[in-house]
Amino acid sequence: MYSEKVMDHFQNPRNVGEIEGASGVGTVGNAKCGDIMRMYLDIDDNGIIQDCKFKTFGCGAAVATSSMATELVKGKTIQEALEVTNKAVMEALDGLPPVKVHCSLLAEEAIHAALWDYAEKHHIKIEGLSKPKSDISEGEEEEEY
Amino acid sequence: MKKLIYLDNAATTKTSQEVVDAMLPYFTENYGNPSSIYEIGTKSKAAITAAREQIAQVLNAKPEEVYFTAGGSEADNWALKATFEAYKDKGNHIITTKIEHHAILHTCEYLEKRGARITYLDVDENGVVDLEQLEKEITPETILISVMFANNEIGTIQPIAEIGKIAKEHNILFHTDAVQAFGQVPIDVDACSIDMLSSSGHKICGPKGIGFLYIRKGVKIRSFVHGGAQERKRRAGTENVPGIVGYGVAAKRAADTMKERTATEIEVRDYLITQILNAVPHAKLNGHPTKRLPNNVNISFEFIEGESLLIMLDMEGIAASSGSACTSGSLDPSHVLLAIGLPHEKAHGSLRLTLSEETTKEDADFVVEKIKGIVERLRSMSPLYEDFMKKSQHNK
Repeated sequence: MYSEKVMDHFQNPRNVGEIEGASGVGTVGNAKCGDIMRMYLDIDDNGIIQDCKFKTFGCGAAVATSSMATELVKGKTIQEALEVTNKAVMEALDGLPPVKVHCSLLAEEAIHAALWDYAEKHHIKIEGLSKPKSDISEGEEEEEY
Repeated sequence: MKKLIYLDNAATTKTSQEVVDAMLPYFTENYGNPSSIYEIGTKSKAAITAAREQIAQVLNAKPEEVYFTAGGSEADNWALKATFEAYKDKGNHIITTKIEHHAILHTCEYLEKRGARITYLDVDENGVVDLEQLEKEITPETILISVMFANNEIGTIQPIAEIGKIAKEHNILFHTDAVQAFGQVPIDVDACSIDMLSSSGHKICGPKGIGFLYIRKGVKIRSFVHGGAQERKRRAGTENVPGIVGYGVAAKRAADTMKERTATEIEVRDYLITQILNAVPHAKLNGHPTKRLPNNVNISFEFIEGESLLIMLDMEGIAASSGSACTSGSLDPSHVLLAIGLPHEKAHGSLRLTLSEETTKEDADFVVEKIKGIVERLRSMSPLYEDFMKKSQHNK
């Protein structure tokens, strides 16, 4: 059901862990839907993301999207990191099954939440970043038979 | 190839060789339609009669009370929908439980949209229904009580004889979904006052695509599938002769070997439960400790999610299942685990291992070792575990 890239990032997740004294930390998702992601960012004085780590409670896709998201934002500027959308994460993983698309939304949201925390701690405003939702779940409409 | 340790026998079982051997002649030699009058037709008919008798014997029922269907889900649908239709004059109220299989629950939802009133009984933390609540919910409009014999996820066996007694005293029909119980625990439809019972072939080393509904003589439900006169005009369609033959053999085999087989399974089951709980902290058994199916183990591991655990077990050659949302195709974890009072995060971290007669203690040791390592690895990645550890360090 998963692409080879998803399986690779699930089995060998990149950047798992915590960053002591991180510049920004964001936690999104909830236990109800079964996915919680926490993203740690280390941002230098020039606004470059020097390091990024994550911890995730969730399914294979949740782990893989978190792992890929950390890879995509590492070394980027804050503005570039904001452009890492759920689509970009999905494409980098060669796609996700339809029921797992919400995991990639969660990964995008986790980056935003960590950036928001960074902005609040440093009393700055990041252009184009709004306060992230802490709870992501798709309003799924089921078909009636 | 890596050795496969198949621990998902509640999902389906390996068809036994004896069953396959019995079925094969009905594909290429005795392929006649049982409704035909020539010899190979009558041979098929005789084979169905023999299988019906084999199954009736396991239940202490009469052969003419066994109606073959395409599986357990069809039998459940038939029992509920046809009872609702046939007993409309008496009432529209059906009592069932919160932990039924979706073949019951979704059928109930369908009937609710068509005027039925359904009561979903609670269960206690072990998954057992409350008989007092059952009695209290009965009204003059109650036409059916449907309670599963044993639960497919947590293995809990219900007090079926007591429920049957209550139903009988109130003159209400009693249906039980026995898909997991048939062939695993002794069932006597008379002693338990069961009016209808659903079962499925592939759960007991029989073939897929075959099941039956036991309908006690005198229960007035009508046909669910209309057409020819098969199954005493109650279930049309040319019979699945190889399936029925295989089911008969599987049922007989399950009954003949039950005592010895389940004694071994219970021993390995309890060994596996003890070993897992000893090896992994923050783990808990779900379901009743003793009143449970001989082959069912269901354990919740805190701070981790079930699908990740399943994928990692699969990589070790272990096939299992989970009540996590990801395995249900929705965002909600198992309704059964929520009904026994587990919070969402613990329900997401559940693992179901269902053994077969072939599962050994050596298999169990291998599985425990793998589970221990995988749970540790997933916890090291879990923000919930991180929070828990920080909290417990803080409290020291």
